[in-house]
Amino acid sequence: MIETAAVPAGRLHWQLAEVREIVVETPRAKSIKLEVPDWQGHLAGQHLDVRLTAEDGYQVQRTYSIASAPEDELLTLTVEQVPNGEVSPYLVCDLRAGDRFELRGPVGGYFVWTAVMGGPLCLIAGGSGVVPLMSMLRHRDRRKNRTATLLLYSSRSLEDIIYRQELDAMAHRDSKLCVVNTLTRKRSEDWTGRWGRIDKALLAELCFPPEQHPKTFVCGPTPFVESVSGFLVELGHNALAIKTERFGPTGDRHD
Amino acid sequence: MAPPMNQTVVSRGFRSRRQEQQTLRDRVPSGQYVTTEFPILSAGPTPQIKVENWTLALQLGNSLIGRWTWAEFEALPQTTMKTDIHCVTKWSKLDTTWQGVTFDDLLKAVGGPRTSAPYIMAHCDGGYTTNVPVADLVCGRGMIATRYAGLPILPSHGGPARLLVPHLYFWKSAKWVRRLRCMEKDERGFWESLGYHNYGDPWKEQRYEGD
Repeated sequence: MIETAAVPAGRLHWQLAEVREIVVETPRAKSIKLEVPDWQGHLAGQHLDVRLTAEDGYQVQRTYSIASAPEDELLTLTVEQVPNGEVSPYLVCDLRAGDRFELRGPVGGYFVWTAVMGGPLCLIAGGSGVVPLMSMLRHRDRRKNRTATLLLYSSRSLEDIIYRQELDAMAHRDSKLCVVNTLTRKRSEDWTGRWGRIDKALLAELCFPPEQHPKTFVCGPTPFVESVSGFLVELGHNALAIKTERFGPTGDRHD
Repeated sequence: MAPPMNQTVVSRGFRSRRQEQQTLRDRVPSGQYVTTEFPILSAGPTPQIKVENWTLALQLGNSLIGRWTWAEFEALPQTTMKTDIHCVTKWSKLDTTWQGVTFDDLLKAVGGPRTSAPYIMAHCDGGYTTNVPVADLVCGRGMIATRYAGLPILPSHGGPARLLVPHLYFWKSAKWVRRLRCMEKDERGFWESLGYHNYGDPWKEQRYEGD
């Protein structure tokens, strides 16, 4: 049976968030740290809806994954700018500390991991698909007994790796966490890590074998998630233990 | 610091794109934007289903009242539906064309409505479920679609066959549908059990429970 987490019932109201801090993560992505006085808490992996209103009353809504752990004081979104997007360029380029906008959530009770669900935990990210997985890693990092975890993270170039320093530091002090980056486009001389797209051989080499019944989360652009989840099924992993979240070329999730 | 939420907060520096949206306002529900792409959202890996292994079952409670192989299903009357679709993740796609078998024709094929059960649960490959009132499937409102834009539906978009209930948010149009179960009492499907609205009318913006 499909495993899910409990979701608090009741209506999701629009509430006000105030920007406390903006962190530059990569040339195209920023983290927005928010104070949300009425926030009821969330589970690692969930997302929320943002609503912006122009002076003439025009409104738009978009969905963004939550990057912070449930335990964190501030609610953090990490937004990557989508070229010609309607919302992400505003959030990445125009938003400043002290600005306010509306949001409601948390939403989505399926693509979530809590420490009690155990592991081993297999996290596979493409690009900004790392955001909900980072919430899981931050949540896990606050525990004493940490489950064995792999993050396999595909980025275009070294400068596009989101949370690079934090992930390196996390893996450095935690023998049960393995972080493997692979770069798909721009080569640089000083990179000693992996190159190329995540293929079946790399998954077979790095992922916990099917016999260990890993909890697997795959998040990234649609073609990335389609190929990775397809490879995992071909390698013998139980399709029902693989949870996916896709975003399209239009950036329907992160635009 | 928070002002009352009945007065909306203007987002400093956020500019309207109302001009390009204005002409579409009667076709695009509140909170949606139009895309020409066809985004994919699924909770797990895409099942690869061969049509020679595919069957569709129609159940009344736990008893089987109809079952079709792919060839039998293809021999049923085919209907084309041109419609707009609206996903709860905010994208809408206009003028999509689908072909398949209407729920009305499916009922006719088993000798007419054999039940007054008011709800349907759609069961899919991969374990996905969604619940839909029968009233939203009859009178040409719903179908089992097997073609999109004249071609077989791709597996990632729900092929070989998906439910199509275009007047509700698109998660109700379940991919990889294999079994329709008529129910006397309403039960919640997959997303409906995870905080999403039980009915999902995009024109009332029924995205989440309580909307």
